[in-house]
Amino acid sequence: MSTATIALGVDQPDTGSRASWAVRDALTVTWRYLLGYLRIPEALFFSSVQPIMFVLLFRFVFAGAINIPHLGYVDYMMPGIFVQSVAFGSVATSIGLAEDLQKGLIERFRALPMARSAVLAGRTTADLVRNIWVVVLMTGVGYAVGFRIHTNPLEFLAGCGVLLLFAYALSWGFATIGLSAPNSETAQVMSFPVLFPLTFASSAFVPVKSMPGWLQAWANHQPVSVVVNAARGLMDGHLALFSSESVGAATLHALAWCAVMVVVLVPLAVHRYRRVG
Amino acid sequence: MNAAIEVHQLEKTFSGGSRATGGTKALDGLSFAVEEASVFGLLGPNGAGKTTAIRVLTTTLVPDSGRAAVLGRDVITDAQAVRSSIGLAGQYAAVDENLTGAENLRMVGYLNHLPRNMARRRADDLLEQFHLSDAAKRTLKTYSGGMRRRLDVAAALVARPPVLFLDEPTTGLDPQSRNDLWEVIEGLVGSGTTVLLTTQYLEEADRLAQKIAVVDHGKVIAEGTSAQLKADLGATVLEIELADPIVAGRTAELLKGVATKPPAVIGRSVDIPVDDGARVPMEALRILDQHGVAPTSFSLREPSLDDVFLSLTGRKASTEGENQ
Ligand SMILES: Nc1ncnc2c1ncn2[C@@H]1O[C@H](COP(=O)(O)OP(=O)(O)OP(=O)(O)O)[C@@H](O)[C@H]1O
Ligand SMILES: [Mg+2]
Repeated sequence: MSTATIALGVDQPDTGSRASWAVRDALTVTWRYLLGYLRIPEALFFSSVQPIMFVLLFRFVFAGAINIPHLGYVDYMMPGIFVQSVAFGSVATSIGLAEDLQKGLIERFRALPMARSAVLAGRTTADLVRNIWVVVLMTGVGYAVGFRIHTNPLEFLAGCGVLLLFAYALSWGFATIGLSAPNSETAQVMSFPVLFPLTFASSAFVPVKSMPGWLQAWANHQPVSVVVNAARGLMDGHLALFSSESVGAATLHALAWCAVMVVVLVPLAVHRYRRVG
Repeated sequence: MNAAIEVHQLEKTFSGGSRATGGTKALDGLSFAVEEASVFGLLGPNGAGKTTAIRVLTTTLVPDSGRAAVLGRDVITDAQAVRSSIGLAGQYAAVDENLTGAENLRMVGYLNHLPRNMARRRADDLLEQFHLSDAAKRTLKTYSGGMRRRLDVAAALVARPPVLFLDEPTTGLDPQSRNDLWEVIEGLVGSGTTVLLTTQYLEEADRLAQKIAVVDHGKVIAEGTSAQLKADLGATVLEIELADPIVAGRTAELLKGVATKPPAVIGRSVDIPVDDGARVPMEALRILDQHGVAPTSFSLREPSLDDVFLSLTGRKASTEGENQ
């Protein structure tokens, strides 16, 4: 092979390490998805409406029927709805990637010299940004319907950080689902069997004690409950009513779950990306 | 001369085909080599394995066995090096609907690790070259099919790759755009780019490709310049049109004796490869007359790649504008 042939490719200056390219590629992909979000205001609007509706539904429809001792339901439910909403938000990762796959964009990306992790990192980061918006929005709506922070703003922000981290880790799981689905509609329904048991069979909306014994075992230990506990401790300050864990322990517990999810789900998704198609 | 692309005995079976055959064998010992700074055309009917071959060469699909290299780099073991020296325009335009034309091209530039300002400049130049400057700031949603196709090909050129893969690049383009793209490709090859293209248009392979490989059922069944392929077929083609397909079939049967290769029936016309000279047509007319067959038209012409294709595969290459 002649060197002249390679010289034709000189448009690619190979500056920077592989790691720095991986970050830059991921940011390029994030930019692409965020622009995409902005270009479809309808999608942005209605995906904002959904978490708001959940807040209003639980606040005004279910609140009267669910009795939480020593606590108003709005304070009980808000941390739960925060976690549930960002978890629902993570499903966008699976839908978006399935769509790109369907349109042949993933094929084009895979033939480019970009980092193998960039498409997934970019997509999950874009969905994280959108989830940040969801959290901001819900804080406002929560306030309007009577939710108050009983800790302090810093702890509240830490709570937001934990649940966003959880949603980010979950996105990598949904990425694998999206890359395994034949199309975006199917990706969405394939995500539900994961999403619903996680978000609803949890301590998010009702105390676990009210569930049948066999379900309690699951509901007490699964990650959404653990993250909800941390959120309850950090955002609302009533954790002691429902758990023997201290706020610090609950937070560490939640962070440990996030770490485990990242360690397991990221390689799984990248593996799937490499052999998709 | 160096081979820019080498393909050796590629095999790939997709699972999920019919259970009896144990899947679809898309590549079945495919081999060919492409010279540097030339256009190589892969011709073949639907399902021949052209796209599968391109996917292996662009590193997005791992073959079951066999070997392929681009500029001496193995597509499996040295995939990342291959990716930085190729451009790909797949069979279906892979563009982001929500981005503008300029944004789509810039994104590909960034992901090819071009410096920002260079990516931007290349995007603008290509938009102009492909007559898309006016639409540069519109999202792809507002593009017509042909505009998308052009943008997709432009995206393959952003990094000025030395090797270019174009999977049916002109499908869906109007004659003017097709001609423009041909000129672009010729220009690129003139400056040293190697192009592998697949096409359904024999005219396109005829005009652009220095070398053509006819692929069927995952392997090369004929290879050469278009002149060589035509010469193999015979000097002349006798084209006879009949009243209906049944008579056409009968005519093919009757004239088997004068043909150099088996006659081909397409609808109500018959193409018969024959030797040069006046003797054969006269003989053919006499036979038809004896059997009371009256052609509606009777003509001699140069063989086209269509004829080559037909005689090799027993099928007609996709007709323009027709889907099958
Ligand atoms: N992902 C896949 N899964 C299963 N079968 C596949 C897959 N991709 C291709 N095939 C099969 O492999 C064979 C070759 O397909 P390929 O797309 O390479 O053909 P092609 O020559 O590009 O055809 P066309 O001219 O229609 O584009 C076909 O029989 C096709 O059905
Ligand atoms: Mg094809």
